[in-house]
Amino acid sequence: MSSNLSPVLMSLFIREVRLARRIGGGGAMGLVFFLILVSITPFAIGPDLNLLARIGPSILWIAALLATLLGLDRLFQADQEDGSLDLLRMSQAPLELIVLTKCLAHWTVTGLPLIIAAPIFGLMLALEPEALTGVTLTLLVGTPALTCLGAMGAALTASIRRGGLLMAILVLPLCVPVLIFGISAAAAASDAVASFTSPFLMLCALTLLSLLAAPFAAAAALRALSD
Amino acid sequence: MSAPFPASGLCLKVDNLGLERGGRSLIQGLGFELASGQALLVRGANGAGKTTLLRTLAGLLPLQSGQIHFSGSAWEQECSLAVQSHYVGHAEALKGALSAKENLEFWALMLGGSAGAGLSCTAALESLAIRHALDIPAAYLSAGQKRRLALARLLVAPRPLWILDEPFTALDQQAQSQLRKMIEEHLAQGGLMIASTHVALGLAGTRELYLGERS
Repeated sequence: MSSNLSPVLMSLFIREVRLARRIGGGGAMGLVFFLILVSITPFAIGPDLNLLARIGPSILWIAALLATLLGLDRLFQADQEDGSLDLLRMSQAPLELIVLTKCLAHWTVTGLPLIIAAPIFGLMLALEPEALTGVTLTLLVGTPALTCLGAMGAALTASIRRGGLLMAILVLPLCVPVLIFGISAAAAASDAVASFTSPFLMLCALTLLSLLAAPFAAAAALRALSD
Repeated sequence: MSAPFPASGLCLKVDNLGLERGGRSLIQGLGFELASGQALLVRGANGAGKTTLLRTLAGLLPLQSGQIHFSGSAWEQECSLAVQSHYVGHAEALKGALSAKENLEFWALMLGGSAGAGLSCTAALESLAIRHALDIPAAYLSAGQKRRLALARLLVAPRPLWILDEPFTALDQQAQSQLRKMIEEHLAQGGLMIASTHVALGLAGTRELYLGERS
C-alpha cells in the first residue's frame, strides 16, 4: 500500500472545495452574511464616523467570527449522515490529517473571501488605511484559529441534529482569546502609542496552538461518536 | 497489475468477541476463523446485532471485549484491519452534488491510495452497468443505482476483506448476479468476505453464522 498521502489529501481538499461551491452555503453565503452584519451596524449605532472608525476593527472581527462559524456545523455532520465519515475513518490517511485538510478547505472557501473583502467593507466603516491593513493582517492570521476551534465543536456535535447552536455555545468562549488579541492588534495598527507587535505575535501563537491541538481533539471526538 | 494482496495465507481470527449496543449486551463469546478465499454469511433476526458485528470488525465501533486478529498480510504490522477492509453499509457515502465519476474517483484515491492498483473508475462503472451515469450528479440516481455506485468502490480500491451489510438491498436481478460474480472473483483472488444478507448467496463453501436465537 502506498505511503504517499499527499495525492489522497489533495483529492479530499478538492472534493471539499467542490462541494462547498456547488451546494452553496460556503464562500458566497458567508461573505453575504459578513456584508450584512457590517452594513447593519451603522444603522444600529448611528452615522457617527469617528465612532464607527474607532469600533470598526471590532465590528469586522465579530462579523468574521460569526461568518466563520456559520456553516462550520456541517463540517463533519454531512459526512456523518451519509456514511462518508465511516469510510474516511477507514482510509489509510490518519483522521487527524483528514480533519486538518477539511479545516484548510473550509478556511479557503469561507475565511479567505472574508479576508479579501475586509478592506472593502472596512471602507464602509470609515476606517483609516493603517487600520484597514491592521484588520486584514490580523484576520489573515486569526481566522485559521477560529476555523480550527470551530472544527472541535463541529466534531463534538456531528451526530446531533440541529447541533449548530450547541456548537456555537461550545466554541464561542474558546474564541475569546483570539478575539482579544486580534482586536487589540488591529486597533493598535492605527494607534501611535499602543504596540502592534506583541498582541500580533500572541495571535500568531494562538493560531499555531489551535492548528496543532484541534486536529487531535476533533479526531478524538469523531472516533468517540457512536451512532 | 500487481496483486494488491497475497492470494493465500490471509487469516482473520475472531476470539471471544462481545458486542454491546447502547449498554445492552447483544452477543457474548463469539468466535470464528476465516481464511483466504472464504466467505462468511452473518444471519439473524432484525436487531440480533449483525450490523454491530460488521461495524466492530470494520473498526467503526470500539471493541467491547475479545480479540480480532488479521494475519498473513504484508501490512499486518503497520496497518489496522480497518485500512485493509471495505465496508459497504446502509449509507452509500455518496455526495449528491458530485457526479458518479467524481464520487468514485475520490473514494478510489481515499481508500486505495495513490498506487492505483484497482480497476479504473470507468471500467468499474461499466462492469456494474452504470457507465451511462458517469457525469450525472449522484443526487439524481435511483436507490439501486446509488447502491451499484457504492459497490463500485470494491473494484476501484483493492482491499482483502470485504464487509458488506445487506449488499443486495435495492439491487435488481441483473445487479444481484453481477454482485455475486464480483464476490466470486474476489474470493478466487484470495480475498475474504463477511456479509449480512437475507438473500441466499448461492456460493459453494460459504459458511454461515447465526446470531441470537436460531429460528
